[in-house]
Amino acid sequence: MNIIVCLKQVPGTNDVRLDPETGSLIREGVPSIINPEDRNALEKALLLREEHGGNVVVISMGPPQAEVALRDALAIGADEAILLCDKAFAGADTLATSFTLGSAIKKLGHFDLVLCGTKTLDGNTGQVGPQLAELLDLPQITYARRVEIQGEILKAERVFEEGYELMETRLPALVTVTREINEPRIPSIDQIMQSYREKEVKTWGAAYLGLYEHSVGLDGSATKMSKIYKPEFGKGKVEFIEGSMEDMAQGLLAKLKERNLI
Amino acid sequence: MSLNEYRGVWVFAEQNDGRLRRVSLELLGKGRELADRLRVDLVAILLGEDAGKLCTELIDYGADKVLWADDPELRCYRTDTYTKIIASQIMEHKPEILLVGATYVGRDLAPRIARRLGTGLSADCTSLDIDEETRLLQQTCPAFGGNLMVTILTPKERPQMATVQPGVMQPLQKSTRKGEIISIPADIEHKDMRVSRLRVIEETRRGIGLEQAERIVSGGMGIGSVENFKMLGKLAELLGAEVGATRNAVEAGWASSDRMIGQTGKTVRPTLYIACGISGAIQHIVGMKDSELTIAISKDPKAPIFQIADYGIVADLHQLIPLLIQELLRYKGAR
Repeated sequence: MNIIVCLKQVPGTNDVRLDPETGSLIREGVPSIINPEDRNALEKALLLREEHGGNVVVISMGPPQAEVALRDALAIGADEAILLCDKAFAGADTLATSFTLGSAIKKLGHFDLVLCGTKTLDGNTGQVGPQLAELLDLPQITYARRVEIQGEILKAERVFEEGYELMETRLPALVTVTREINEPRIPSIDQIMQSYREKEVKTWGAAYLGLYEHSVGLDGSATKMSKIYKPEFGKGKVEFIEGSMEDMAQGLLAKLKERNLI
Repeated sequence: MSLNEYRGVWVFAEQNDGRLRRVSLELLGKGRELADRLRVDLVAILLGEDAGKLCTELIDYGADKVLWADDPELRCYRTDTYTKIIASQIMEHKPEILLVGATYVGRDLAPRIARRLGTGLSADCTSLDIDEETRLLQQTCPAFGGNLMVTILTPKERPQMATVQPGVMQPLQKSTRKGEIISIPADIEHKDMRVSRLRVIEETRRGIGLEQAERIVSGGMGIGSVENFKMLGKLAELLGAEVGATRNAVEAGWASSDRMIGQTGKTVRPTLYIACGISGAIQHIVGMKDSELTIAISKDPKAPIFQIADYGIVADLHQLIPLLIQELLRYKGAR
């Protein structure tokens, strides 16, 4: 079974700051991680490979430093890693991102399954998975909390408002997974060292993929960001209950008593 | 693409099990305002079986026209059938705006339509505005877990598409209005049935609905484990409260999805809301900001939840909650 996993490197914290002068994001000094749900997708791919045999390819679009995320994926057990890296790819919205990822996946050729995290920590749109499925003309199942494959049939439990629904489709397919699906493994230092020594991260640019610059990155994007700002809403007059643990517990109960809530 | 060919505001009317999702009515409320300012029609597009009554309801909530595809195969949502019908209607009628509720269906469907049409899509908008001169839709949504707000435009492609957070926009008062119901073809083929829903596994319905709850004790990622979530349940029980959860806590498997507050979950307005280990992403806050008294407990003093809380406690929950339970038990025993 050939499985492709899409990964994104994201800031490891949501505590992002804006440059007061330019209003742009300050990315320096913010540690990067593999987007958590993408790690669940990779874990699922590795489990499926253990069960059915085959090959796991991880693919990421990002700046040169996103190689670190792909090395981590190789250390955990991915067979191949591809970094889609080109100045022309910068500033992509989900339309341009899915186009670039989709073009690379088409170049990879045969596959049975594409796995993605449902959404990323930073953008939180959850759009790239379905858009990739559309480009590759694949059936999609989003928000999967469980995935099983028997022969050509894939079954997945999909989260929705009223509970869960059991979905079925035929491979090849694209599935986006939630954090519920598994507990991702963590690479050891030895495995990480080995991934640098023995494994390769391939880098593909726009020219290699045969893509015109106007169809990728900022130019290939349909949406433009017109404003970015810190939200301000709410009461803004919080009263902190302080002191020892006991003081805080009793202080809280006192407030509830004052209002006849207990 | 000639932008001037595109006129009209469309809303995807989502039905589940023969009933309209509330967010669709909310979108009609907002859509009505946008359509009036642009001087165009407000159109709802509905896919379902025997949904004549729902068409009338959509008109009563503000739609000028309802495009309705009536087919037994449309009773259940399917990515492929819904995408195909809606995308082909858009290509034919060329609306300038399409709004979709950010539900589990909406978030599965909207990106697929946007990709097919090659247009822009913003996710989980919490506010929408229009520039009447340029006719550009200003789509504001949270990013970085709600630490930043971003306003997005789709300048050169049409329609301008946005998914909108449930519970944010207000539906109009229901009133008997005039409108037109137009039948559209379903045109479903075998190849559109690639994914099937075999069954609904779990309908988690117990206790009273969170929407009606007077008191809620809610937990986020700071709770840390399913065991600790049970402890939260104990605290809630002592306070006569229901248990709520953030999206991340639900997705981590600590709480069932009917407990989810905010983003694609529920909007609540209790007398008392105790937020435990919740950072306060805007997706959560929109679901609970109208609570009368909000108490926030988090170990991160910079957590945005404190900005909307009345009382805040910066503490390790794993120590504080057992202590609160103990004190409550003692207080109740003494009375």
